[in-house]
Amino acid sequence: MFVLGLLLWVIVRFNRRVNPVPSKTTHNTFIEVVWTLVPVLILLGIAYPSLDLLAKQFKPAPADAVTIKATGYQWYWGYTYPDHGGFEVVSNMLKEEGDVAKGERFRTENDGPKLMAADNRMVVPAGVPLRIQTTAADVIHAFAVPSLWFKLDAVPGRLNEKSLTITKPGVYFGQCSELCGARHAFMPIVVEALPPEKFAAWVKAQGGTMPGAEKPAPAAAAPAAAAAPAPTTDTAAAPAAAPTK
Amino acid sequence: MTTIAATGTDLHAHDHHDADHKPGFFARWFMSTNHKDIGTLYLIFAIFAGVVGGAISGLMRLELAAPGIQYLQGWASMMAGKEASLDEAYHMWNVLITAHGLIMVFFMVMPAIIGGFGNWFVPLMIGAPDMAFPRMNNVSFWLTVVAFIMLLGSSFVPGGTGLGAGTGWTVYAPLSTSGSVGPAVDMAIFSLHLAGAASILGAINFITTIFNMRAPGMTLHKMPLFVWSVLVTAFLLLLALPVLAAAITMLLVDRNFGGAFFDAAAGGDPVLYQHLFWFFGHPEVYIMILPGFGIISQIVATFSRKPVFGYLGMAYAMVAIGVVGFVVWAHHMFTTGMSVDMKMYFTAATMVIAVPTGIKIFSWIATMWGGSVSFKTPMVWAMGFIFMFTVGGVTGVVLANGGLDDNLHDTYYVVAHFHYVLSLGAVFSLFAGFYYWFGKMSGRHLNEFLGHLHFWVFFIGVNVLFFPMHFLGNSGMPRRYPDYPEAFAYWNGVASMGYAIMAVGILIFFVNVIWSLLAGRRAEDNYWGEGATTLEWTLTSPPPYHQFETLPVIK
Repeated sequence: MFVLGLLLWVIVRFNRRVNPVPSKTTHNTFIEVVWTLVPVLILLGIAYPSLDLLAKQFKPAPADAVTIKATGYQWYWGYTYPDHGGFEVVSNMLKEEGDVAKGERFRTENDGPKLMAADNRMVVPAGVPLRIQTTAADVIHAFAVPSLWFKLDAVPGRLNEKSLTITKPGVYFGQCSELCGARHAFMPIVVEALPPEKFAAWVKAQGGTMPGAEKPAPAAAAPAAAAAPAPTTDTAAAPAAAPTK
Repeated sequence: MTTIAATGTDLHAHDHHDADHKPGFFARWFMSTNHKDIGTLYLIFAIFAGVVGGAISGLMRLELAAPGIQYLQGWASMMAGKEASLDEAYHMWNVLITAHGLIMVFFMVMPAIIGGFGNWFVPLMIGAPDMAFPRMNNVSFWLTVVAFIMLLGSSFVPGGTGLGAGTGWTVYAPLSTSGSVGPAVDMAIFSLHLAGAASILGAINFITTIFNMRAPGMTLHKMPLFVWSVLVTAFLLLLALPVLAAAITMLLVDRNFGGAFFDAAAGGDPVLYQHLFWFFGHPEVYIMILPGFGIISQIVATFSRKPVFGYLGMAYAMVAIGVVGFVVWAHHMFTTGMSVDMKMYFTAATMVIAVPTGIKIFSWIATMWGGSVSFKTPMVWAMGFIFMFTVGGVTGVVLANGGLDDNLHDTYYVVAHFHYVLSLGAVFSLFAGFYYWFGKMSGRHLNEFLGHLHFWVFFIGVNVLFFPMHFLGNSGMPRRYPDYPEAFAYWNGVASMGYAIMAVGILIFFVNVIWSLLAGRRAEDNYWGEGATTLEWTLTSPPPYHQFETLPVIK
């Protein structure tokens, strides 16, 4: 805006008609130093809060955080719950009514907007620190939920991690944000935050176990299998499944 | 650039004896060693490639004009010659975005601004008879043509889900290795190799020419800023392109010879590719814009009838941008899971670039300040450039923040940003340079009215096209999507209308060029008057086939 103002002033004041004789000034060290130092100061003013923001974003999840591993596949998401028995929820986009075979599930208004709705949501407890891990099975995807200010690439062979706490129960939508092939635009992310007791009921319905209630098994190494929990005497929370590193 | 006045004794000696000895048509245009002819070839090639790349973006805006898939399947069927599946249609989308990006970067902006204007005017401005290596110059051009044909050809062979390379212009592994079966991606990579080799040869040529063939008295600190900008750009090309060549060669090894540079299962790392690519990719964006800075400096000085304000500051600001441009690459990768310390470094380093860029913007305005400005077509384009580039620069400072990238990375906000600095920055400088030098190159004037009309229609069109993308990005629409939820429909519709307005502007441009070539007024030697002080204005329009047989002496 400042530049536009200067430009307009130049247009009005220094055009050929108003100012027929050009000035001969070719440099002025003082003003050059000023317009170098002033932007430096402005940038320092911007840099301080942005570095501060980065530092605040970097907050390792506490030890008791609920771990959920999001795995990108071509072209759907898998959500593994290593703390709850290591079962995996496979989440595909819901198609429109006209586009599915008879008897198959299609999107309804309760599922969410077109292209954003998924058959199985990533269900998480609200108000509890979450440890979101991302990885991928084939090519790079990116797990992104704008309304949660969350975006983390899912890279094959790497396990990225970021902490997150959803304070309000609700449904949050996102989309894959790294070009991953033909159906890149058609693998939505739906995060449903439930109050902790409802979350526990959901885990039970999935065949998982709440940590502390019954001791879960370390997460199955093969992430594709929605492994049933095996009884074990291990008291620690199950570590995250190691990816192919 | 302070006091350049040619004291050449017989600059117009060519007028009275036709010693040009132009070779025959085939030898002149297909085996050319003349820098002006090669420059012309580059410009024609770039205009052709620009039309292709622009038409592809037209297809994209048509598909995106409304939610749902309307045309893709039809186009994919047309390409394949048989009914295409929905997946093949989606793949077709990825082929379009890949082709649009690669064509605009490697076959439109770079050939036009470095190959075209650089070849034409670097020798003229430094008072040299030709480039240092004329035959290598010819090789550079024809390699670029072959590379373009390879890239176009790749869209007719299988590339995974459908025909063509659908990897994005960044060619990220493993989508480009295990994710894309078939020869299309190999062909696209080979096309990049050829285009890269052509650019490296060109860069060597420019560096040698500028260092060794300046006219007597033309010290480095007296060179026109356009020559400075090409010099810095040539160094960027020379240092950045080999890294790209290495990265894409590693892709080829991974694809065809059992390599595992980027294959996690065999101990490689996909993120390594991104580091290599962006070590090239970030200097690449300065390669595209720096010569534009040079052109704008010449134009602003000419039409303000004043020398450039703060010449040394302008020259070394470009050097600073070039140097810092090499140490900021990972700001393209803030969401790959890098450590917070790295994010902090790359955030801070990226912001530093805003300082030399600010120096340039302020110096341009200071050049106009107190000047006697005439608003001829090139000047209008230059002022449009300064304003629009500043908008792109501001969104660049926003995107430099690693913390905000959690939200904005890979959204339309990024698309808006880089189109403001490239489509409204680099392309505006191309048009400005074209209107500035067309008379010198062709010997005929362009029409001022049509030039202004072109500017205003194009200016409104691109702003309607790209400004809404900021809103789309802020509300979270990811890039490289052929379809989107209803919530994004409004601004996408507006953007597509903007494309139509811009296309009308381009039509006006072509009408102007054709009219000028057929019936334009003959151009005098120095048609811009006293403000135009560089050496090309001491020659006839068009310049003789061989110029400066007696070197001009700079006071």
